[in-house]
Amino acid sequence: MSDPLLKVRNLKIGATVYPPGEKPHDIEIVHGVDFDLAPGKVLGLIGESGAGKSTIGLASMAYGRGGVEITGGEVWVNGRDILKSGIRDVRSLRGGEVTYVSQSAAASFNPAKKIMDQVIEAAVEHGKFTKAQAEDRARALFAKLGLPDPDNIGKRYPHQVSGGQLQRCMTALALCPEPDLVVFDEPTTALDVTTQIDVLKAIKEAIRDTGVAALYITHDLAVVAQVSDDIMVLRMGDMVEYGPTDQIINAPQEEYTKALVSVRSIRHEEKQPSATPVLTAKKITARYKGTNFDVLHDVSVELHPGQTLAVVGESGSGKSTLARVITGLLPPSHGKIDFAGRSLSDALAGRSREDLRELQMIYQMADVAMNPRQTVGTIIGRPLEFYFGLKGAEKRARVVELLDKIEMGDGFIDRYPAELSGGQKQRVCIARALAAKPKLIICDEVTSALDPLVADGILKLLLDLQKVEDVAYLFITHDLATVRAIADSIAVMYQGKVVRYGPKSQVLSPPFDDYTDLLLSSVPEMKLGWLEEVIAHRKMESAGN
Amino acid sequence: MKNIPISAMIGLFFTGLYFAAAILAPLIAPYGMAEVVGDVWEPASSEHLLGTDNIGRDLLSRMIYGGRTTIFIATVATALSFITGSVFGLLAAVLGGWADQAMSRFVDLIMSIPSLIFALVVLSVMPVTIPVLILVMGLLDSTRVYRLARAVAVDINVMDYVEAAKLRGEGRGWVIFREILPNALSPLVAEMGLRFIFMVLFVSTLSFLGLGVQPPAADWGGIVKENKEGIVYGIGAALWPAVAIATLAISVNLVADWILNRTTSLKGGRG
Repeated sequence: MSDPLLKVRNLKIGATVYPPGEKPHDIEIVHGVDFDLAPGKVLGLIGESGAGKSTIGLASMAYGRGGVEITGGEVWVNGRDILKSGIRDVRSLRGGEVTYVSQSAAASFNPAKKIMDQVIEAAVEHGKFTKAQAEDRARALFAKLGLPDPDNIGKRYPHQVSGGQLQRCMTALALCPEPDLVVFDEPTTALDVTTQIDVLKAIKEAIRDTGVAALYITHDLAVVAQVSDDIMVLRMGDMVEYGPTDQIINAPQEEYTKALVSVRSIRHEEKQPSATPVLTAKKITARYKGTNFDVLHDVSVELHPGQTLAVVGESGSGKSTLARVITGLLPPSHGKIDFAGRSLSDALAGRSREDLRELQMIYQMADVAMNPRQTVGTIIGRPLEFYFGLKGAEKRARVVELLDKIEMGDGFIDRYPAELSGGQKQRVCIARALAAKPKLIICDEVTSALDPLVADGILKLLLDLQKVEDVAYLFITHDLATVRAIADSIAVMYQGKVVRYGPKSQVLSPPFDDYTDLLLSSVPEMKLGWLEEVIAHRKMESAGN
Repeated sequence: MKNIPISAMIGLFFTGLYFAAAILAPLIAPYGMAEVVGDVWEPASSEHLLGTDNIGRDLLSRMIYGGRTTIFIATVATALSFITGSVFGLLAAVLGGWADQAMSRFVDLIMSIPSLIFALVVLSVMPVTIPVLILVMGLLDSTRVYRLARAVAVDINVMDYVEAAKLRGEGRGWVIFREILPNALSPLVAEMGLRFIFMVLFVSTLSFLGLGVQPPAADWGGIVKENKEGIVYGIGAALWPAVAIATLAISVNLVADWILNRTTSLKGGRG
């Protein structure tokens, strides 16, 4: 084996924390990590948020983000310890030998400059190429990454290309100066599944063809399994397991890795529809004020008591708008909603308190769905007081009971949301919805901001609560794995229309329409070679047509 | 109350000192406010620590009584401007639509007239008494607070937790006072420190121009006015109120900064 390109030894990284009510102090967030990366190889760094994976990625460029400091260890790139190098040396390294692809290309590109100017900037700045050479190279990279019209796309501004295309432009930016190492920091996490697969394919081929080494950072084990040679599993700044991809996926040794591999394994038996649905939306058409196109066209769905209807689609498909129409936040221009045997008023102001109580909502971002100035007790207690007039000890007893239902103790009652973890916050939001004793809860992407293991816990909790409380869920998500796990019936939405609708077993079995097929085949699977299979399958289909 | 940074300590000490002097004025002032006790512009001595003023009154006593008037007027006017400004600002943000338009355009109209000139015009036709002064200053300044409160509340009004409260069926009172106000408080408190100082300067300016506190009552602006001729002869009596205004301004802002830091950390660092 040749000398490693990147050699990390006993890397320790610290940060200053500012806990509420205490003095700021320093903590260690990465506790001595070792790994090697040979030229042309790909190492996947995987872990939940807070595992230190991005921090380690940036440390390989001798960089610590906002208040983060590399406190010890060695990082060798091409035979020199960059932590001991001067700033001049590090500058020639960054953007030259080592480049970086961030999660949000939209936030990383300067919206005021053309894409080409930004893509070639580092290469020209480091004197690797002249402007003309760099532009030729960029055009070749655009073509390799499968961008449309590679000769001219560089003349556009960042807002003139789609999110998936911009992410590929960013990959071109990283590859342009012929680096030895590229750090990919969650490059596909912000994309829809159908777009993710194209970007993933482009990245994989680009890595293979240019022979560059890469650190691939993600929280999604199924994704990293497609691109990396080795995988390192991290948890809270410690290495849990480190080995070849094949071994990590097929024969994990540690408990934590096993849990990660078997995530999304919840199975839920589909229930039979009852006679009378709890919610019927008939031919809903809606548009936002001041716009001239309909976000929803003729959407009709039914939901039966105690069951789950999953509304699936990519961003912009109108699934969240459907939720806003049902809650009354956006009155539809046509159509009608029946709920619990009565007709619901279109606008929020026209609904009775009973309508409001029986229809609750849980949001995607639990952080902003709770008032940061209220304690958990106030947040859960308010619906009790508001709808049922509970006060004092009676209210407190009920809050404790609800905390118990969401598997949190009564010790949380006086805490503020800022003192809770992401999963706990979402649990409190669930308790707040349950406190109203609703017949229907609308769950808008409730697990998509959470780490896979935590999300699994939330889904299990929701399923258990459904059995006990007999509440129906309208579950909005872009994640088909979640849908498989919890739905009784499914509505697939695309560009404001329901393209496929029915019981789960029927929707998820062939024959498929084109869109559902694309959506289903794009969900990464936890096995090696899945990406190649899908791509081969798609090539065959397009050849057949 | 531990962990108070040194800057806030200094601020708290001087702010406390000024407010204590204002409250306890009759007890600590060595002479009466309008009592002529010596010659014109006597230099500092053991009897008159800061000397005497243009007609022989004890300057220290006048400073203490003057501070009392200045701080009292500024405090009440700030409170008035904050209550009116934030109530209407939050209301405009929550109501939206034409109510917001009507209030905001009216405020724009008032703000388009320089407030000092506006105040001078109003005070020249109204009897200049302390309640009128407070009312004019408070209401004029509330336009600025309205702008800030509305801007902050518009941002908070679109947060999911406010939407959750509306979906629950909560009334406007709950949304404004329980959901929005607690989260809008830190920028408002920081602004309050600044506004208090503007009020001190405003009342001093008015008095200096002769339309503020009327003699023989004293305030810091008035003392500058009475003693300004002395500067030509090298007499520093007019500088003392200026020093007082400056130190009060700095110390109140040190306290406001500290409060701002404290309240933001309560929310887990998210401003």
